[in-house]
Amino acid sequence: MRRSWDAIWLVAQREFKDQIRDWRIVVPMAFLVLVFPFIADDTTRQAISFMNRYGGGLILDNLIPFVILVIGFFPLSFTLVVALEAFVGEKERGTIEPLLSSPLEDVHLYLGKLLVGVTTPLLFSYLSIGIYLILVSRRNVEFPSAYMLALILLLTFAHAVLMVSAAIVISVQATTIRAANLMASFVVVPVAFLLQGETMLIFWGNEDVLWFAILAVVLLAGLLVRLGLAHFKREYLLGREIDTLDFKGMYRVFRAQFVGGAKSIFEWYRVAVFDAVGRMKQPIFIVVVLGVVAVLAAYFWVVAELPPYLSNSPERMESFQQMVGDNLTLLEQFQEHVPAPLLFLYNTRTTIVFLLMGLVSFGTLGLTLFLMNFALIGGVLGVANLIGFSPLLAFAAGVLPHGVFELTAVILATAGMLKVGALLVSPNTERSIGETLLLALADWFKVFIGLVVPLLAIAAVIEVYLTPVLIKLAFPFL
Amino acid sequence: MIECEDLSKKYNGDFWAVDGVSLHVQPGQILALLGQNGAGKTTTVRMLTALISPTRGWARVAGYDVVKQPQEVRANVGVLTEQHGLYMRMTGEEYLEFFGKVYGLDAETRRRRTEYLLEYFGLAEAAQKRSGEYSKGMKQKLALARALIHDPSVLLLDEPTSAMDPESAQLVRNEIARLRSSKRTIIICTHNLAEAEALADQIAIIYRGRILLNGSLEELKRRVLGPVEYEARFAEPFEAGELNLPEGVEVASRSATSLRFRVEAPLAVNPQIVQELTSRRAPLVSFQEVSRKLEQVYLKTMAEAQGVTYAA
Repeated sequence: MRRSWDAIWLVAQREFKDQIRDWRIVVPMAFLVLVFPFIADDTTRQAISFMNRYGGGLILDNLIPFVILVIGFFPLSFTLVVALEAFVGEKERGTIEPLLSSPLEDVHLYLGKLLVGVTTPLLFSYLSIGIYLILVSRRNVEFPSAYMLALILLLTFAHAVLMVSAAIVISVQATTIRAANLMASFVVVPVAFLLQGETMLIFWGNEDVLWFAILAVVLLAGLLVRLGLAHFKREYLLGREIDTLDFKGMYRVFRAQFVGGAKSIFEWYRVAVFDAVGRMKQPIFIVVVLGVVAVLAAYFWVVAELPPYLSNSPERMESFQQMVGDNLTLLEQFQEHVPAPLLFLYNTRTTIVFLLMGLVSFGTLGLTLFLMNFALIGGVLGVANLIGFSPLLAFAAGVLPHGVFELTAVILATAGMLKVGALLVSPNTERSIGETLLLALADWFKVFIGLVVPLLAIAAVIEVYLTPVLIKLAFPFL
Repeated sequence: MIECEDLSKKYNGDFWAVDGVSLHVQPGQILALLGQNGAGKTTTVRMLTALISPTRGWARVAGYDVVKQPQEVRANVGVLTEQHGLYMRMTGEEYLEFFGKVYGLDAETRRRRTEYLLEYFGLAEAAQKRSGEYSKGMKQKLALARALIHDPSVLLLDEPTSAMDPESAQLVRNEIARLRSSKRTIIICTHNLAEAEALADQIAIIYRGRILLNGSLEELKRRVLGPVEYEARFAEPFEAGELNLPEGVEVASRSATSLRFRVEAPLAVNPQIVQELTSRRAPLVSFQEVSRKLEQVYLKTMAEAQGVTYAA
């Protein structure tokens, strides 16, 4: 362990020294880090003056934490170049081969680069935040609590780890510094969006909610580190000289995995689709268990938490009952408003969104959306219970008939998406990230086209034509 | 010791960069790997350094398997890469110190080896200068010093004297020869045929990933250029006529003042040739072996591999 740490530190230390000796890195960074807090301080002054004159207490109360978050992000975005060129830069300068020919292990090289990649931007970020805090302490504005400040600093740390781990993955995969820098947008832009989401949490949520953001970002960063390590291969760093998009090759790999050598549609189902489902047993089990937990948790939460909220206010109860009644009367016009093909398209789109969200987050965001949908079922059943309907009967008549098909389809699609994420972060130095992704996507599309789409089509027809009838039969008084 | 059998590497599904290379280099031997650019020399060396994994075949370097024990292989091999690969903002001393740490040398050994190598390669005065300020030759020497910092038992050197002035190149060649005498196993990839000829005990010529020839210089000369030739030079034009030559000797070429003989067993027949010439009162000035260079072997081999005529 001690030797490992020494080796990681050795790699990081050399790189750090290299950076601070390069004035072309140090001077612009130092300049921006020193100047930006002054600009932010002046912006704070103007914002305070504006809100004191025209109102906006909520914004004023949370202005400083928000600005700290932005100031922390700013140096991260421009110091990312250090991480982006961690491997590809050495490759381009020809210094990588002696290092790779040494007895340093892959994990030492990777974590050494990651360490220096995180430390440098973080130093600049914290320096920038520190200067800003000193400047803003002179202003007549509410200063964030030590707890809030600690949360923001932690969040900045999480951002740094996330951005740098993504940049290092890019640096390993890119063949030129130019390509790596171009891909920086794929790191900076999503984190900028994330920052907007976190800003909403700062303004509208309470401090504790920020812990979820920190945990989510750290989890994602951890998965990215795992992805990078899982596919780190010395051979790739040395072997590839130019990037070429081999569409034919990609098509060949995808097609071979998708078709699986089948000669007929029946054989395809046997050798390709069911085989892929067979290999998804573990994610299917996980998704089903989590789905059931989400339904039950939401049901019991609604049953336990909603009554005091409603009974405190008779008006709320009345409007709540009115809303439920209105929705149920809509059942009669359900076919007119939501024809089966539209419902089918909507559900198909949702499963594709699960996949896309899963792809950018190793399955975590897709799984979150899946759990939110399942929690919604539990919540609706809880509400049914609260207004005097049998939740079991509501489930049997309103969910089960089409749910047998729809939920199965969604479970299969989500499990497939989880499998894609798991394959990406599983150690596999035999295949590149691109090849692994292509094969995993081919498996997903096999299940999607072979099972999910037909199941969703059947579910849509049942939901539109049969489910409303069954609800009417189950609850004739509606 | 370096040994490999059927070592092969396939890229992009169908391109064999190295195809069935078998080499055996004993401690105290130098093998020169010759070939055109892109012939597979660097890929072979990278497989022997456990940097890339073979598609087929096996290799053991310094007693370790390159696939199963890559760390051990790398710890026991000194590599001079095609590009010098120096960190330009590090001083020469820092650079060697850094790689000393990478190879796990203790502080005292690091200091001793760094001082020795800087001194040996004439870099002591520039030790505190950043390597970015070095000349090409100095950079190459520092890179070679890096390859030697951990005193490895196996050395894989890609163009060790490229970009060096003649004095420095000679210094490096002397060091390589010294390392051979201290029982190191060495492979040199080079385009410098004179250097290969001067240093190598074994020469392998690689073409499109395959070894075309492998053996000692004498073996290769015999195999490619045929039996050794001896030339008799005369003081004045001499008409030899029909000579009574022993079995296994034939006249390769003749001019008014010289005769060339192709000889299978020179020790046995050369005295008889000289006797035949003197008995015919030939005005013999000299009788000596015709010098044949590695360059001829190499060019003829490459010409044959490419299907073109070799013009000597």
